[in-house]
Amino acid sequence: MKKKKRNLLILEIVGLLLALLWLSPFYIMIVNSIKTKKEIFSDVIGIPEEWTFENFSNAFIDLDFIHSFINSLIITIFSVGIIIIFSAMAAYALQRNKSKLSGMIFFIFVAAMLIPFQSVMIPLVSLFGKVEMLNQVGLIFMYLGFGSSLSIFLYHGSLSSVAVSLDEAATIDGANKWQIFWRIIFPILKPISVTVGILNVIWIWNDYLLPSLVLNEQSATIPLKMFFFFGQYTKQWHLALAGLTIAIIPVIIVYFFAQKHIIKGVSDGAVK
Amino acid sequence: MKNKSLSFWLFLGPVLISLCVVVLVPLIYGFIFSFTDWTGLKGSNFIGLENYVDLFKDKEFLQSIWFTTKFAVVAIILLNVIGLGLALLVTRKLKSSNFLRTIFFMPNLIGGLILGFIWQFIFINVFDGVGKLLHMEWLSGWLSTTETGFWGLIILTVWQWAGYIMIIYIAYLEGVPQELIEAAEMDGANSFQRFRNVTFPLIRPAFTVCLFLTLSHSFKMYDQNLSLTAGGPFNSTQMVAMEIYKTAFNENLMAFAQSKAVIFFIIVAGIGLTQVYFNKKKEVDL
Repeated sequence: MKKKKRNLLILEIVGLLLALLWLSPFYIMIVNSIKTKKEIFSDVIGIPEEWTFENFSNAFIDLDFIHSFINSLIITIFSVGIIIIFSAMAAYALQRNKSKLSGMIFFIFVAAMLIPFQSVMIPLVSLFGKVEMLNQVGLIFMYLGFGSSLSIFLYHGSLSSVAVSLDEAATIDGANKWQIFWRIIFPILKPISVTVGILNVIWIWNDYLLPSLVLNEQSATIPLKMFFFFGQYTKQWHLALAGLTIAIIPVIIVYFFAQKHIIKGVSDGAVK
Repeated sequence: MKNKSLSFWLFLGPVLISLCVVVLVPLIYGFIFSFTDWTGLKGSNFIGLENYVDLFKDKEFLQSIWFTTKFAVVAIILLNVIGLGLALLVTRKLKSSNFLRTIFFMPNLIGGLILGFIWQFIFINVFDGVGKLLHMEWLSGWLSTTETGFWGLIILTVWQWAGYIMIIYIAYLEGVPQELIEAAEMDGANSFQRFRNVTFPLIRPAFTVCLFLTLSHSFKMYDQNLSLTAGGPFNSTQMVAMEIYKTAFNENLMAFAQSKAVIFFIIVAGIGLTQVYFNKKKEVDL
């Protein structure tokens, strides 16, 4: 028994050392973001004697951070919102309808998960350009198209454990499909909605390639703005690192509060 | 009855339209114009299979496929070994178990573009600084050669993705019945034997999932590639996704890029279909 305890202690230490290793890139980023350009050159690892926060205010202004943060927020909230609403509705229609056609449509949605973005990227941009939809509305619509497959798949899976007798009872009480879905089914689906929401938020908030093809600089999201910003400051790491830190802070704050949900959501999404 | 089918289509409408407009129509449209010489401007001619013949002579494209394949093989091995290792560690009864999961998973939440920039600083400046301090010359000049660019991408990917792979293994490890492990312990099996003969066969489906996830992730990687090495030096660390992007939007060879995209689609969809096949087989075995 004693040996077992000692083994656990060793593992505990190994784990903590690995955690430090995992965190070290963040340490390096933060510690160098409060140095002057000269100090980074003389010592890249240590904590500086004097902390400079000027980098942050400069980067904050140059990133136009509040503006790009709001842009990211708008795109993410609207896209994820409509993905949740419309995917849940579609999955409900597909799961409850046992016809051949319904099965085929579900199969198309699942099969669409195999299509990589780059293989439709060029025609997509060209088509949306033709109808002048290369803007925020167009982008949100694209996210619905790309995000709905996995979301429908996940909703479909959990709908099969929601008893059809619930629908039948409500129909007898005189409720129509719309009412049944919103009053009875959708509330039951809340756990899977959380999973769908988390997976899509992680993807859309961080996505770079699609917004870079669709949005102009005015409506740039954080990753997009970060790319422009970085191009401007390639040799000025003190500013670049402060900018990167600013971009990461909101994500870390959310993670800190919702980590249990996030890890569970990702786990459910991957294993199902 | 009529009413029923109306509500069916109304519920389905929004996603069906968006899937068609955003994915299916571009896929078919792209397939068709990969047989033309379209360059993004008006007008194009049908040129048959010429693009497909040319792409097998395009050194940069072939090199990007080779580089991506090499990358995928190394990434799969390292990610699964390290991901499983981390999962085994944090499923022991450690006090810090939850804390460790949180930390290892953290890089997944941050965009590949931003992570690539951070690691660019680490490889170029921090490695160099440490190398000078410890007189290790091999730490200098990272990302300036193909070799260090390759390992740089691998280190970044492993650091970012191992936590995700860990989460998947954890889900399967927690499904292993505790009685079986205890029974094996009673029979005198040591911890390696217990893992080899009890746990390992039971979590085998996790290997399939993780294998294909890492494979398709490697093939689709773009952001990290762009921000860490931008394909340099001399396009030698350019992966397939980036090569297609460059052909289309930097060289304006839209139709030629689309023929590469079609090949890319066949590779990625092929990987996915193989996974589906293995999953089905597994279900039969159970």
